Amino acid sequence: MKRSTIITVFIIAGYFVFLGVAWLMGYNPGQQIWHNFTSFAVEMFKILPGAFILIGLFEVWVKRETVEKHLGEKSGFKGYLWVILLSGTLVGGLYLAFPVAYSLYSKGAKLSVIFTYLGAAAICRVPMTVFEASFLGIKFTVIRWLVSLPLVIITSMLLGNYLARRGYKLSAGE
Amino acid sequence: MYLYIVAGLVLLVSLCFSREKTVRSLKIAARRFIKILPAFILMLVLVSVALYLVPDEVISHYLGGRNIFIDVILASSLGSITFMPGFIAFPLAGILLQKGVTYMVIAAFTTTLMMVGVLTVPIEKAYFGLKVTVIRNVIGFLIALTAAVIIGIAFGEIL
Repeated sequence: MKRSTIITVFIIAGYFVFLGVAWLMGYNPGQQIWHNFTSFAVEMFKILPGAFILIGLFEVWVKRETVEKHLGEKSGFKGYLWVILLSGTLVGGLYLAFPVAYSLYSKGAKLSVIFTYLGAAAICRVPMTVFEASFLGIKFTVIRWLVSLPLVIITSMLLGNYLARRGYKLSAGE
Repeated sequence: MYLYIVAGLVLLVSLCFSREKTVRSLKIAARRFIKILPAFILMLVLVSVALYLVPDEVISHYLGGRNIFIDVILASSLGSITFMPGFIAFPLAGILLQKGVTYMVIAAFTTTLMMVGVLTVPIEKAYFGLKVTVIRNVIGFLIALTAAVIIGIAFGEIL
């Protein structure tokens, strides 16, 4: 096992021991933390199986050449536009964007497009934007998009190209 | 729920074309899921503790504006270290707005909330490594600050 995996296991185990002791001693914060844990776990596990099923289908059916052509090294500026549209469809939160980004990457999308995907997923997911505009007004949302989207694309290009030159690679999530 | 309608339909179409490929896709799904599961659980652990330490009331209490720039820094820090789905975050932002909190401070909070994820580091790190995760989040933080300042200017709150 990798060292980071062992640390993860220890933190999680320690957490549950703490919750157990808190429960036995009637320690109130422990119960609130447990309540937070379960309510977020339920929300997340409602989404995760469906999302991973789609990731699996994507891996099997979508040809590498298709992804390479539209999001790969030779995709040009259109690649960024495609991936921003794609990011708008993300459900749940940014935590789901990482496995999706990895799938795109393993099919040949270039790094700068991957980083644009992550940035844009944070900025213009459709359900989230609808919420934002209804509570804070259209003007707020439009300004935020106009400022942050170009900055995301520029910084993603810089970071992506820099890392690509250094031979950086994503790992499979462990 | 439309996620499951889409997933179900695509699965069905996939099954019509190739049983073998569909089974393979489900295996990939399961393998990917199990691999990243520890990172997801670690994130939930962090989220549950952070939410206890920084509940909604604390956020609305501290963003009650004395100095707008201190509030922006405070708001962006809170936004970075907390984790909230949109259906909680934006109603909260609406309440803050009614309480007289400026658009700039709200922008700093919601934008960092979405772009900077200290609590999702376990997941991001598993795919991208710690160094790139930190760089990406710092960039996100700076972009969020820029967006907040320009929103402040556009709404006539500064300058």
